[in-house]
Formats: sequence, structure tokens, C-alpha cells
Amino acid sequence: MDWLLQQLINGLALGSIYALIALGYTMVYGVLRFINFAHADVLMLGAYAAYFVAPAVSSVVPLPSLTGAILVSLISVIICAGIGILIEFLAYRPLRKRPRLTVLITAIGVSLFIEFTCQHSAVFGADTKPFPKLLPEHDFHLGKLVVSSNDLVVVVTTLLLLAGLWFIVQRTKMGTAMRAVSHNQQAAALMGININRIISFTFGLGSALAAIAGILYAMKAPGIDPLMGVQPGLRAFIAAVLGGIGNLPGAALGGLILGLLETFAGGISGLSNYRDGIAFGILILILLFKPAGLLGKATVEKV
Amino acid sequence: MSSSPAFLNGAKRWLLVGIVLAAVVSMFSGQFNRYHLGVIVDIGINIILAVSLNLINGHTGQFSLGHAGFMAVGGYTAAKISLVVSPMLPPALQPLLFLGALIAGGLLAALAGFGVGVPSLRLKGDYLAIVTLGFGEIIRVIVQNMEAVGAASGLKGIPKYTTLGWTFGLAAVTIYFVTSLVNSTYGRGFIAVSDDEVAASSMGINPVRYKVTAFVTGAFFAGIAGGLYAHHKQFLSPTGFDFLKSIDIVVMVILGGMGRTAGVVVAAILLTLLPEVLRQFSEYRMIIYSLLIIILMMARPQGLFTWNRKKGAA
Amino acid sequence: MLEVKDLEVSYGSIKALHGVSLNVPQGSIVTLIGANGAGKSTTLRAISGLIKTRSGSVTYSGEDITNQPAHKIVAKHLCHVPEGRMVFANLTVAENLRMGAYLRNDKAGIAADMDYAFTIFPRLKERINQAAGTMSGGEQQMLAIARALMSQPKCLMLDEPSLGIAPILVRAIFDQIVAINKERGLTILLVEQNANLALGISHHGYVLETGRVILEDSAAALLKNPQVRAAYLGD
Repeated sequence: MDWLLQQLINGLALGSIYALIALGYTMVYGVLRFINFAHADVLMLGAYAAYFVAPAVSSVVPLPSLTGAILVSLISVIICAGIGILIEFLAYRPLRKRPRLTVLITAIGVSLFIEFTCQHSAVFGADTKPFPKLLPEHDFHLGKLVVSSNDLVVVVTTLLLLAGLWFIVQRTKMGTAMRAVSHNQQAAALMGININRIISFTFGLGSALAAIAGILYAMKAPGIDPLMGVQPGLRAFIAAVLGGIGNLPGAALGGLILGLLETFAGGISGLSNYRDGIAFGILILILLFKPAGLLGKATVEKV
Repeated sequence: MSSSPAFLNGAKRWLLVGIVLAAVVSMFSGQFNRYHLGVIVDIGINIILAVSLNLINGHTGQFSLGHAGFMAVGGYTAAKISLVVSPMLPPALQPLLFLGALIAGGLLAALAGFGVGVPSLRLKGDYLAIVTLGFGEIIRVIVQNMEAVGAASGLKGIPKYTTLGWTFGLAAVTIYFVTSLVNSTYGRGFIAVSDDEVAASSMGINPVRYKVTAFVTGAFFAGIAGGLYAHHKQFLSPTGFDFLKSIDIVVMVILGGMGRTAGVVVAAILLTLLPEVLRQFSEYRMIIYSLLIIILMMARPQGLFTWNRKKGAA
Repeated sequence: MLEVKDLEVSYGSIKALHGVSLNVPQGSIVTLIGANGAGKSTTLRAISGLIKTRSGSVTYSGEDITNQPAHKIVAKHLCHVPEGRMVFANLTVAENLRMGAYLRNDKAGIAADMDYAFTIFPRLKERINQAAGTMSGGEQQMLAIARALMSQPKCLMLDEPSLGIAPILVRAIFDQIVAINKERGLTILLVEQNANLALGISHHGYVLETGRVILEDSAAALLKNPQVRAAYLGD
């Protein structure tokens, strides 16, 4: 029972991070119908932004502290939102009317470009760097259960961001326009909506969430390196497909499910080595039997 | 692509030229230094990989990002067989063993290709790309955990069977098989399926059979290439068959122009040589490579050697 | 108010419009009639900026708007209700109307226009919080027109408002088109296959055939024209 609860807590924390990343994949898919492979690398850049910003911030606000952590995160969010918008502008916008597979391969190219550039010794270098402590850490003991403050921070931050995102998408003009664009770009243009601006906004929003996810992931990880985004990125992408790509609640749900499954599988000896395989196995099963995902609506392929 | 029977002769000519060339070159293989020999064999292996993926991605219009997975299945199977059997055989029988091991690897890879071909019946475009990517990763994870093939530390001491002759002979067979398959009356169906599946099926062409055939055949030759690779490098590790390797092969097919065998062969040669040329800039090699992918997709998504096809026919 | 001169449009190598010229005077209802594929929709799409033109010009309120992006043309109060309605199926009726008012920030004015939309199409009020995709074709057409009205158009282009809609609703929609034109002084450019219905409410008409204007006259004259009667009015 204790084991079960412990795994549940760990799984929720991991799943929350996947959910945040998955939202970015799903939002971009919603408006542009392609998989932004570089999203995982924006997450890594978010962690690095925090890594470089933290010393500067600590000269103004002491670290670790809540204000300091929020300040560092805000700056990283702004940097990453800018990078996300820039990637779309430089690499994807020129290909707007091309076949989806052309864009998909370009996205893979962009992802590889960011990863290899960051691995270069003149940029970040390939080595693992220790991530600065942004928040005071404390382990809470509840009977035999151990809940780290970091896990709580991850879950609470995710809940707050999900609520914020829900508000933006459902209640603001920009969010409604996003949904309009994702349904029909031409009709949206006829409303006076500047499609390019909405797409930039979507990339910015998704990248901002990725930046936070990157920081949260780095807080739990032993260190950061230029390839740190690849694994969580793949999982989050699978989570987005699991929930129904293009569907925001689906992405959050898919992230949680995947985080929980992975944690439970990791806790069972003999299965733990197959974690990667399990995630992909789920992906393939979902695509074969319910390609629209858990919450997605079945759509007819447009010819 | 020409539809005249002359092209079928062309395919046979390819085979003949290839095999003769392979035989002649292998007679002089003692003249090359080890490094050059290694690069030339790499070229041959990449030609097999690119031409076989071209059957799936180019001719049939599917999209596989998991070709390295098939290569791994073939490579590990063949390597394991020769590791176990070769000590029991006299030297004279070793080439026979090699051929057997290669075919066994190809067949197992073909079986895996069947496994991936079936989902391809329901999925299209980027979804299919992801399933194949996932499949490739699953194979890698399985290999990484299989003690019998060395798990994460890899499989060592594989006999050095691969020669120039074997490599280019098999490359010629691959090209011959794929071109004559596509240009046969039966094979017209591949192109029909890639052009318009619905129209093809309304004309009595069964897209299911063609897609599965493409995956099975493509995987078979990728498995052969894997076997050659194993007996060339004499060492296999799961990381050699990762996502990046699949991307490499995909880029060869795109660069050569999807569905254009000659272009794909040239692209395989160029892209094998590129990293060697960039060797002294090894720090920047992969950065340049990834930039190349982006620029290629923006400037010439139809491939380097294609002029008369409609733009962006991907 | 709206003047189109020698408009040429091609899809790839296929020419869809071979020099179409039209004039839509302020306050009038002008109809384009023609068979399927004559280029009626293409003309509207080129005017509203959804597709690029090869040559020719579009002048609106004295300003050259040729090949401007669609979202900028809407801002000039020239609005297009596209063929097939294209309501946002995933958005509610209210959200669709608010998207129509995307470029506006006057809350009071938006509320007033929404009320106006509900008075001309009361059904929309009943369905205000329903997802647009769940409504009937006629209701969606009403929503599409109401949504366009939310952007305060001075000139409205309607593409096949009767297509696939129950006859009883077609009547209601056409009555409201006339009302909008009379009460609000909106200039209307109408594309219709149902030539009888369209010419009946129009002042002027153009007949399009294979991307060319082959005939133009007052609507009343076109209704009497034997050539038009034979080809488009089913005589």
C-alpha cells in the first residue's frame, strides 16, 4: 500500500512535467497540423536559460527563494517564448504550404541543429552541468511515505499553469482565435484574424510552458545537458497522441497517465529496463486501435 | 520514371555492371588502404539501405522513420549466427555460412517489416512516420536488454566476412530487385498506390498488398545491409541503430529524389563521403549536417537530381 | 463602391478567371450567376484576399486592395461569407459571433450588434451556447451571415447562401438579406446558383461562364432575357 502511494506521488510529479510539455506539442499540432520536434529542445534551452540567469538573479534576490525562483523562471520563459517564435518564423513559416512530411523532416533537422549546436564546446558543451538550487528543498515524511518539496512544487505549478492555460484558451479573445484558427484558417482570416500572429502566439505559449517544464525537470534531475530534452520530449509527445493530439485536456491526461505508468513500471523489477519500450508500445497500440486518442474526436482524413 | 520495357533491360544492365564491377574491384581490394576500403564498403551498405528504403518511402509513398530498426534485426541475427556457427565450420564453408547468415537476418527483418507494414494499412503520413520511429526505438530497447546479443555493451568479435565483392554484389542485387519489381506489371501498383490510393483500389489494385510487400521487401534488404555492416565493423552496439541512423537513410532518399533509384544511389555515395570530407571539422560536422537537412527541405524538397517533377512531391 | 477590373486567377497551370470585370454600386444588391465552375466563388475569393490574383485590380471605396491579405481586407469593412458557411464548428454560437467582432474593441457596440443579429435570426439566440457544428445547415448559414455582420461590413459578399438548405429557411435568409440591404444600407455582392431567387432580390446581375462575364444587365432585364431563362432559370 505504501509502495503504491509512493509510486503514485512520484508518478504524478513526473506526469505533470510530461503534461506541460505535451501541451506544447498539441497546441502546435492544433494550429499547424505537424509535430514540432524541436519542442523538446526548447525545454532544454529553458533549463539552460535558468542555469545562466540564476547567478545574475542571485545578486539581486537571494537564491534559493520563492521570489528568486519565480524571477529566474520568468526570464527563462520570456527567452524561450522568443526562441519558439523565432523557430517558427525562420524554419516553419517558409514551408507553410508544403506537404506535411517536408515540414516534419525540417522539424527533425531543426531539433538536431539545436542539439548539436548546444553540444559544441563553444556553446554549452556536451557535459552535464549541475543545476542551481532555485527553491529550498525539504522532504516531508508521512508515515513511510516521502514527499519531496520539489514534487509538490511540480504538481502545484502544473495545476496553476493548466488553470491559466484553460483561461487563456477558453476565455480570452486570443485563445478563442487560436481555436478558430485550428478549426479553419481561411474562415479565421475572413474574421480579420492575422493567422501568422496567432501561430506565433501559439508557439510562444507552448515554448513558455516548455521552459517551465524544463526548469521543473532540471530541479528533479541530477544535472542538465544538451540532450536532456530528448527523452521527456518523446514521452510527452506520446502523451499528446495518447490523449488525442490537438486536444488540450487530452494532453494533460495523457501526460499524467504516461508518468504514472512509467513510474509503476520502473518500480517493478524486470520491467524497469523496458521503460522506453513501454512508452512506445503504448503509442503504437493507441495509434492502431484508437488513432484519435483517448479524448480526441475521430476525424476523416482530408484529401 | 520511364515505363518502357527498355528500362527493365536497364535494370538488368545495372545488375550485370554492378556484379562485374564488384568482382573486378574486389580483385584489387588488396591495393586499397584499410581506411579507403572501409569507406567504400560503407558506401555499398548505404546504397542497399537507401535503395530499399526508397521502395517504401519513394515508390510506395509510405513514410518510414525506422529503417535502422530493420537493419538492427538483420545485423544482430546474422552476427549471432556466424558467431555461434563459424567455430564449427572449416574455412572453405565460411562464405556459405555468411550467405546463410545474411539471408537469415534478411528474413527476420522481413518478418519485422511485415509487423510494421500492417499498421501502415491504417495510418498515413506523420502518424505512420511516428509508428515506424517508435518501432525502431522498441527494437533498440529490446536489443539493449538482450543478454544473448551483448545487451548495452554490444556484440564483439564478429568474423570479418564482408568484402567489397559481397557488398557491391548485394548492392547490385538490391538495385536490380527493386527496380525490376517497381517496373514490372505487378510493380506499377506501387506507384499507383503512392499517387492515389483510393483511385488505385477502385482499379482493382489492392493497396494493402502493395504496402505490405514494400515494407517486407524493404526490410529484407535493410536486414541484409545490417548483416554486411555487422561483418564489416565486427562490432555491434544498440546505439549504432538509433533514430539518427534512420534519419540518415531518409535524408539519402530525399536528397536523391523520392522514387528515383539512380538519384538515391548517388545521394547514398555523397552522404557517406560527406562526413569523411568533414572529418577535420569534426566539431562542426553534425551542425553542418543538420543545417543541410533544413536547407534541403526548404530549397529542394524534391531532391537534388529531380527537375521535371512537381515541386515538393513528398 | 466595389470595382473589379480584368481579374485573372489561376490554380497552378489552370486558369480559372480570364479577365472578369464587375462594378457594385453603393447600396445595391448585385448578383453573379453562372453554372458550377464558372468562376463565381473564385471571383469572391480573389476579392477578399483568400487567393492571389495574377493580374487585374480590385478597388474598394476608391482604394486599390488587390492581393492584400484577407485579414486586412476585413478591416476595411469588406466581408466575405464563404461557400459552405465555414462556421467554427468547435466554437459556440456566441464565440463565433465574437470572432466576427475580432477587430473591434467597443464592448457596447458589439453587444448591440449581437442583439441585432438575434433580432434578424432569433434561432441563433436559442442556440447561443451550443457548438456551431451541431446546428443544421440553415442555422449555420444564419450564423455565418450574422458573424460577418459583427465585423460592421459596409459591403458584404455572400457565396451560395441557399446551398443545401431547407427551402423554408432559404426564404427567411433571403428576406433578411434584403432587410440588411434596406435597413442598414449594406452593399451586397451575391453569388447564387438559384438564379431566380437571387435576381428576384437584386438590382443588377452578371452572368459568368468559364471564367468570363458573358452578360450583364439589370436584374429585371436578366430575368426576362431568353438566353438567361433558357440556361439558368430552367425554361
